[in-house]
Amino acid sequence: MAMATDVPKDSFRLSMLVYDTRYRSYTIQIVVLLLFAMAVAWLLNNTAQNLAARGKEFNFAFLWQRAGYDIGQQLIPYTNDSTHFRALLVGLINTLVVAFWGCIFATILGVIVGVLRLSHNWLISRMMTVYVETFRNIPLLLWILLSYVILSETTPQPRDFRVTDEMAAAGEAPAASMIFFDTVAVTNRGTNVPAPLFERGLGSVDLGFVTLNLTLLAALAVVAGSFWVNHRLVAAARAQQEATGVRPATWWKSILILFGPFIALMAALGFHLEVPELKGFNFTGGILVAHSFTALLIALTLYTAAFIAEIVRAGIQAISRGQSEAAFALGLRPNRTTRLIILPQALRVIIPPLISQYLNLTKNTSLGIAVSYLDLRGTLGGISLNQTGRELECMLLMMLIYLTISLIISAAMNLYNRSVQLKAR
Amino acid sequence: MDQHFSRSEMLPPLAPPITERGAVKWMRENLFSSPLNAILTLLGLAAIYALVAASLPWWLNSVWNAESLGQCRAIVAETAGEGATGACWAMIRERWHQFLFGFYPPDQWWRPILALGLLFVALAPVLFAGQKRNMAFLLGGIAVYLVVTLTLAETPAAAFALAVALVLGLTALSQVQPGRLLWFTAIYPALCFWLLWGGTVWAPIVAMAGFVLLYLVFRFAAPVIGLTPAAGAGIVAAVLWWLYLQGPVSGLLQGALPFGLRAINSDLFGGFLLAIVIGVTGIAFSLPIGILLALGRQSDMLIVKTLSVGFIEFVRGVPLITLLFTASLLLQYFLPPGTNFDIILRVIILVTFFAAAYLAEVIRGGLAALPRGQYEAADALGLDYWRAQRLIILPQALKVSIPAIVSTFIGLFKDTTLVAFVGLMDPLKGVTQIVRADIDWKGIYWEPYIFVGAIFFIICFGMSRYSMYLEKKLKTDHR
Repeated sequence: MAMATDVPKDSFRLSMLVYDTRYRSYTIQIVVLLLFAMAVAWLLNNTAQNLAARGKEFNFAFLWQRAGYDIGQQLIPYTNDSTHFRALLVGLINTLVVAFWGCIFATILGVIVGVLRLSHNWLISRMMTVYVETFRNIPLLLWILLSYVILSETTPQPRDFRVTDEMAAAGEAPAASMIFFDTVAVTNRGTNVPAPLFERGLGSVDLGFVTLNLTLLAALAVVAGSFWVNHRLVAAARAQQEATGVRPATWWKSILILFGPFIALMAALGFHLEVPELKGFNFTGGILVAHSFTALLIALTLYTAAFIAEIVRAGIQAISRGQSEAAFALGLRPNRTTRLIILPQALRVIIPPLISQYLNLTKNTSLGIAVSYLDLRGTLGGISLNQTGRELECMLLMMLIYLTISLIISAAMNLYNRSVQLKAR
Repeated sequence: MDQHFSRSEMLPPLAPPITERGAVKWMRENLFSSPLNAILTLLGLAAIYALVAASLPWWLNSVWNAESLGQCRAIVAETAGEGATGACWAMIRERWHQFLFGFYPPDQWWRPILALGLLFVALAPVLFAGQKRNMAFLLGGIAVYLVVTLTLAETPAAAFALAVALVLGLTALSQVQPGRLLWFTAIYPALCFWLLWGGTVWAPIVAMAGFVLLYLVFRFAAPVIGLTPAAGAGIVAAVLWWLYLQGPVSGLLQGALPFGLRAINSDLFGGFLLAIVIGVTGIAFSLPIGILLALGRQSDMLIVKTLSVGFIEFVRGVPLITLLFTASLLLQYFLPPGTNFDIILRVIILVTFFAAAYLAEVIRGGLAALPRGQYEAADALGLDYWRAQRLIILPQALKVSIPAIVSTFIGLFKDTTLVAFVGLMDPLKGVTQIVRADIDWKGIYWEPYIFVGAIFFIICFGMSRYSMYLEKKLKTDHR
C-alpha cells in the first residue's frame, strides 16, 4: 500500500499530447477528424454556394418527370413518355444483363484458356499465351470499339439476304445468308435471333410497380424444383455409399429429373421459336439484338477471360505436385484427381481474385457509352443528366447504385468463398 | 582347324529409331502425345492457317503512299487484282502525328520528345539503382533517340544544343556519382511541366522553391521543436508560399528576367502524349498515396482506419468513368465559385486517386503477407513507427507486391484511354474518331486500331517484363 502511494502523481502536461505515445494517437486522430470535418464542411459550403448561384436546389423530384427519349434495348416496358426513374431502371437492367452474361461467358472461356495454357501441348499453350498477353496489354476500350465497328461495318445489309425471282431461276445464292440453320441473321443493323414464344402462355400480373411474367416465373419454379429434387437424390446416393460402400447409379435419374419437368412444361405451354424473316427491306419477327450489346459483351468476355485465365493458371500451379502424386498413389484416375483433389484446393486460391474480376467486369460495362449502349451510365448519367441539368443528383445516385452493385456482388461471392475455404480446426 | 571370330572393339551404338530422336520425337512428345492432344494440335493448326490465310494478303498488299482510302483501294485492286484486300498504312503515314501528339504545334514537337527522353534519364536511377552498366546502356539509347528524333523534328539549334549538353552531363554524372542523378529525378516534374505546357520558366522554379522552403523549415525547426511539429510547420510554410507568394514572386522574376517557352494550351494535347502524361503522373503520385492509404488501413487508430477504408472501398466500388465525370462535371460544384482549373490536371488528380485506392489494397496484401515476427522484431529494436515501416516493413511488403503493383500501373495506363469520355483526345477514341470522320479516311478501321493497339501493347508488355526482371533481381530467399 505504501509503495502505491509513493508513485508520483503523473501530472498531465500539454506537451504529452505530442510526445507521450499514450496520448499521441488520440491527438493525431482528433487532428485528422478536425481536418476531415473541415474539408467536408468546405465542400458542402461550396456546393451550397454554387447551387444557389446557379439557382438550383438539391432534390430528386426530376426522377418523376417525363423522360422523353427512347431506349433501344428495354427488358421492361418503357416508352419516351415514361419517367426518368423508369429510364434509370431500364438502364440498370441493361447494365446487369450485360454484366451477368459477361461474367458467365468470361468464366467459361477463362477456365478453358487457363487450363489449356498449362497443357503439355506446345502449340496450344503458346497460342493461349499469345491470346492472354494480347488481351491483357491492350485497353478494353479498343476491343469494344473494334468489335462494334467490325459488326456494324463489315456485316451485310438486310437486302443482301434477299433471293429475287431471277436469282432463284438462275440458281444463284444471295449475297449473304443466315447462320445456325437459317435462324440467326447478322446484318449491319443488328443481330436477328429467334424469339421464344408460347401458344398457351400464362400471361402476366400487373402489380402496379412491376409486371410479373407468370410464364417466366413458372419456368424458374420448375427449374429450381428440379435442382432441389436432384440435390436430394444425390444426397441420398451419397448416404447409401457411406453406409454400404456401393454407389447407386444416379446419372439417368438426374438427367430425367433435371430435364423432364422442364420439357414437359415447355410442351404444355406450347413453346415454339419465332424465326426472323426477311420482309421487304428488313427482317421482321424474332428479336433484334443491337450491335452495341453484342460488341460490348464480346469485348468484355474476351478481355476479362484473359485475366481469369491467368487466375486459373496461378490457382492450379499453386497446388503442390505432391497432392496429385498422392492422389495417383491412392489409385485415383486423372479426372477424379482433378475433380476431388486439385480443383477443391485450387478454388480456394482462385475465388478471391475471381471476385475482383467480376467486380471489374461489372464496372467496365460502363464503357458501353463508347458504343452508345444505354446502360445505367447512358440513361441516368447520360441523357437524363443532360436533359435535366441535374449533374449533382444524377452522379451521386449513379455512384451510389454502382457502389451497391459492387457491394452486393462481393458480399455474395465472399459468402461462396467462405463455403469453400478450409475450415480452420 | 577352327577359327574364332571375336571382336576386338565395341560396335558403335546404333542411332535411336526415327521416332525417338530429333523433330519427330519432339513432335510426338509435345504435339501428339495423346489422341486429345493430337486433335487440339490439329485444331490449333487449322485456326492459325485460317488466320494467316485471311490476313496475309491483307498485310502483303499494304499501301504506304496514297491520299485517301479510295485511292488505297484502287492501288490494291491495280496491283493485286480485283477483290483483293490490302492494308492502307498511308493513313498512318499521313496522320501519325495526331496519334502521337494530338494538335500540339509541329514546330514545338521537340518539347514532348525531349521530355520523354529526359523522363527515362530521370527514371534511370530508380529503375537501375547503382548499376552503372545498365544505366550507361539506357542513357546511350536515350542519346541516340534524342539525336535522331530531334533532328527529324527540326529542333531549333539552341534547344538541340541544350538537350545534347544536358544528356551528356547527366550521362557523365551517372557514371561518376550515380546517386546524385536522383536530384535530377527530383526536379524532373517541374522541368517536364515547363517543357510541355511552356510559359515562363519561373513558375515551376518558384513552385519547387516551396519544397526547398519546406525542407529548410523542417531542418532548422526540428532540433528546436521536435520532428512532428517541425514537419507540420514546414508544410504550413510551404502551403502559405504556394498560396500567397508564388504568383507575385514568379511574376516579379519574369518581369526582371523574362525567359520562357511558348505557352501551349491543354486542349492541344492529344494522342499518346496525353496518355503518357496522365499515365506517368498518375503512376508517380499514386504509389506514395497508395502506401499511405494502406498504412492507414492497417493502423490501430480507429478514425484513420475508418477514413482509409471508406475512401478505398468507395473508389473501388465505382467505375473510373463516373470519377472522370466527377472531374469534368462536379468539381465546379465542390470548389469555390469561380475556380476553374485545367481539365487535364483534374483528370490526373482523379486517376491518381483511383489508382491509389487499388494500390492500397495491393500493398495491404503485401503487408499482411509479412510474418508477425518482423513487426515484433522492429518493435524490439526500439524503432519508432516510421523507421520501422521505412527500414523493415515496407521494403519487404513492397517487394512481395511488385507484380500486383505493376499490374495496377498497367491498368492505370490502359485506363488513360477513358479520358476520351470527358472530351480529351486520347489516341484510341479521340484521335481515331477524328481520322475516321475525315472524308478521305471514312470506313477505315483495322489500321488505326492495330497501330494504337500495338503501341499500347509494347508499353504495357515492357512494363510487365520489367516487373519480372525486378522480381528476379530482388529475390533474396533461397527456395
